[in-house]
Amino acid sequence: MSRLILTPNLDRPDDVYADLLAAHDGLDKAQSDALNARLILVLANHIGDRQVIAEALQAASRAGQPV
Amino acid sequence: MNKIFETPLYPYTRSPDQGCTPVARRRVVIVGAGPVGLAAAIDLAQQGIEAVVLDDNDKVSFGSRAICFAKRQLEILDRLGCGQQMVDKGVVWNLGKVFFGDRKVYEFNLLPEDGHQRPAFINLQQYYFETYLVQHAQQLQSQGAPIELRGQNKVTRVEDRGDHVALQIDTPEGPYDLQADWLIACDGAGSPIRAMMGLDFVGRVFEDNFLIADVIMDAEFPTERWFWFDPPFNKGQSALLHKQPDGVWRIDLQLGWDIDKEQEKQPEKVIPRLKAMLGEDVNFQLEWVSIYTFQCRRMEKFRHNRVIFAGDSAHQVSPFGARGANSGLQDADNLVWKLKLVIDGKAPPALLDSYDTERVYGADENILNSSRSTDFITPKSQQSRIFRDAVLDLSEHFAFARPLVNSGRLSLPCTYDGSDLNSADALPDGPARTRPGAPCPDVALEGGYLLPQLGNEFVLLCINTAPPQALQVNGIAVRPLALTCDGQTNTALAQRYLGDAPAAVYLLRPDQHVAARWPSYNEPEIRAALLRATAQG
Repeated sequence: MSRLILTPNLDRPDDVYADLLAAHDGLDKAQSDALNARLILVLANHIGDRQVIAEALQAASRAGQPV
Repeated sequence: MNKIFETPLYPYTRSPDQGCTPVARRRVVIVGAGPVGLAAAIDLAQQGIEAVVLDDNDKVSFGSRAICFAKRQLEILDRLGCGQQMVDKGVVWNLGKVFFGDRKVYEFNLLPEDGHQRPAFINLQQYYFETYLVQHAQQLQSQGAPIELRGQNKVTRVEDRGDHVALQIDTPEGPYDLQADWLIACDGAGSPIRAMMGLDFVGRVFEDNFLIADVIMDAEFPTERWFWFDPPFNKGQSALLHKQPDGVWRIDLQLGWDIDKEQEKQPEKVIPRLKAMLGEDVNFQLEWVSIYTFQCRRMEKFRHNRVIFAGDSAHQVSPFGARGANSGLQDADNLVWKLKLVIDGKAPPALLDSYDTERVYGADENILNSSRSTDFITPKSQQSRIFRDAVLDLSEHFAFARPLVNSGRLSLPCTYDGSDLNSADALPDGPARTRPGAPCPDVALEGGYLLPQLGNEFVLLCINTAPPQALQVNGIAVRPLALTCDGQTNTALAQRYLGDAPAAVYLLRPDQHVAARWPSYNEPEIRAALLRATAQG
């Protein structure tokens, strides 16, 4: 069973981060929220594994809370 | 207004049970002459079990109400002998289209597979559905079947006395007492029987109002289900357009929570809304207008000793998915054969607990699907609306997003996985869709279809294997049915019932659900499975 990868896995992290920011350039808050939602759905479909997505949701939720 | 729902179909007449001593005892009393109560009564009476239906009214449903009847329910009606009449009158449809704003984002076909006698859905006004059932019941009665409809008979007291149920019934000529061996409460979401017994009915309330308008018009819309998210004519809300027989169209408009219901029902408010949707130049006539809110909830238990709840009295869902009347018919389908075996003394009353388990399972599946549809159709937070709109935007461009679009997960029968009546699957290479607990899928055969050959009794379906003589297990008959298929003939039968197996034997319940299956005939195992399927194992 595949598991969520939480160790570095992007070969050019700064480029990917810059791509994310660039996609939001010139968008207002509502447009950005909509883009993020579409992106999450596209990525979730690509992952295609409910367990991995559940782990990702947990990891993302946990990281937003005080340690 | 259409006359059909203004005409008393079973007007009050005095019954010999009124004022007789000792108090009359009837085998099965059914409260409520709606789709579920009538179906249960017909099913019982056709199998020789006395059924008396009481209703506080004497007419069919006021307004079209439930309009979408699914394939499985048509198959149940076929077993009851009135499926064809419904299909002949109904509007057959398989296609749905989904719009977002002013664009069509995608369309779907509910029945992409052939070899089924019945279509995915028909649309038929509830008043026709009930009229045909009433006529069928009256026809059975005239042929001597033990069925009776008593109009303007309102139950005012109910008491479970352990070995029977005592009722007090009010009529235009005053009250009378009646006893029932068994009582089936099919008296709707507001069930007076449930209230009189002090039973709870809890769940989730959805804070939204919907306007239903049935209009008569000559319109060029195709026979499809059209669903709009956030259309220009009903900004921020949803809309549905559906065709019914007689040139009647169902229009369903979401209105939101803070509205004045009485005002919104007035023609001067309704007509401009409809003109915005249909266009200024379309001529239409209002047949019926109603505003509804809904809840998703169920009783904790559907069986309370000798009082059994079926249909909306036991569970309630949102209308998205057509899971209300459809699931009620499955309740009746599930209950009647069990009740018959118990009444005939061939199975213990514990068999009725499996009605409870199986139909609670079905109700939970319906509530889950219906709640999720509602959450998609009427997002309750800003974030859920953002995700909803993201799915719709993506669905226009990419196939992957289309299964996420939820304009109602349309009623499908549930598979009773985990039911105590099932035997372990002994045909692991067989198709998952016909595993124990599943409803039998139809198959086209030479000169007919499979499903009309099944039902009312246990059937042993033997595919590519010699059938045995008819079997009796503790007085319960098992009727063999032999079919063959190879690579060239009956390929759908092979796909749906064999999978990779060369042969198979299925034990099918009287409600056409699979009880057990094996790769070959094995009498001791079949006997054991039949005992298990009747709560004797």
